[in-house]
Amino acid sequence: MKFIDEYRNVELGKKLIARIHQRSTQPARLMEFCGGHTTAILRHGIRQLIPQNIDMLSGPGCPVCVTANADLDKAIASAHLPNTIITTFGDMMKVPGSHSSLQQAKAEGADIHVVYSTQDALQIAQDNPQSSVIFIGIGFETTAPTIAASILEAEQKGIKNFYIFSFLKLCPPVIKAILNLGEVRLNGIIGPGHVSTIIGSHPYEFIPKEYGIGCVISGFEPLDILLCIDKLVEQIEGDQPQVEIAYRRSVKPGGNRRALDLMNEVFEIGEANWRGMGTIPASGLKLKRKYQRFNAEQIFSIDPGPPREPKGCICGEILRGIKMPTECKLFRRICTPEHPVGPCMVSSEGACAAYYQYGVN
Amino acid sequence: MCLAIPVQVVSIKDSEAEAEIGSVKRRINICLTPEVKVGDYVLLHTGYAINVIDEAEARETLRLLEEIASLSEIH
Ligand code: SF4
Repeated sequence: MKFIDEYRNVELGKKLIARIHQRSTQPARLMEFCGGHTTAILRHGIRQLIPQNIDMLSGPGCPVCVTANADLDKAIASAHLPNTIITTFGDMMKVPGSHSSLQQAKAEGADIHVVYSTQDALQIAQDNPQSSVIFIGIGFETTAPTIAASILEAEQKGIKNFYIFSFLKLCPPVIKAILNLGEVRLNGIIGPGHVSTIIGSHPYEFIPKEYGIGCVISGFEPLDILLCIDKLVEQIEGDQPQVEIAYRRSVKPGGNRRALDLMNEVFEIGEANWRGMGTIPASGLKLKRKYQRFNAEQIFSIDPGPPREPKGCICGEILRGIKMPTECKLFRRICTPEHPVGPCMVSSEGACAAYYQYGVN
Repeated sequence: MCLAIPVQVVSIKDSEAEAEIGSVKRRINICLTPEVKVGDYVLLHTGYAINVIDEAEARETLRLLEEIASLSEIH
């Protein structure tokens, strides 16, 4: 496929790897914030190909994984409301909440539909005017504009039975939170490619300015990632940290203006609850007052009770980059994609699932 | 979750378009990319085009990669 195959050219990849080996002399710890990068890096064996002095950690960039149990529990509880249809991205189905999962709720009779797009959720709302249709809004800035668009479409078409949970989260504030925690010493950041397609590269400028490390925005094909690592190595060796875009075919410094406008029309910035990190101020998106009639948390009375964390699961520490999936005692033995204990084993871009699938022990 | 794939737009009507994915045609929403034209490639994320892929930049990156590759041969 165009824009994919060219970036998988093995010969070019080998040469790029050779160049990284030539140029990298210092120990470098890089964090890829995006779960899509974690998966791509493991799938293409990039960790094994780069010099040993470069260490790669995965971060909190898997939306399903960072959804706190308290929020997940609300979504699961709402599935038992009368006359209600839940619509959700598929990855959420198997995630174990404190007491149950969406999959279990469905088995118990709740009406839950896996959708590929908010467009499908809107269609379900139109087809079932007598039911309340709730969409579980998880995701980062990549997904937020699509959810904003669906709210505006519902408003414009007068669809009155469509609601969302907004568990949407923002990337730059969580990058900042990780850097402030200071639990891992990072030398560079692999910036999220599709989040940045929306927000551009400017929101990362604080990283070199305040923390003295670079951030290079990367695409998801092997050559994209290698090019990004090469640029980070160059920055580290030359001690010139900066924000760069190594995914120029998709990311513009100013992002996608239209998508940002829609997002800002519907949402305002508020606190968000992150698995492993708790509440981070100004790190999430909440519906503006004007759009409160779409707010499932506001409209329905849902009380799932206090959340509980899965026993023995270290997802929170993995999402902060301080532990590897293989350090979890349950990894592969008790926790598997068929029987996941925590969300990092469920989501296709969760670190545990990626380590499991690509056979890292 | 942030997965997005490049697809080619083959027809446009208002805020909806048809895109070719492999050999299958699919309806996609283009309200986030009003500038899109038939023949453009877009990144498709959960049914929405989230940008128009910049072909000139794509060529430039490939040229850069070739250049880097030829440099690493000299060393
Ligand atoms: S292997 Fe399972 S239990 Fe362990 S951290 Fe990952 S998701 Fe949690």
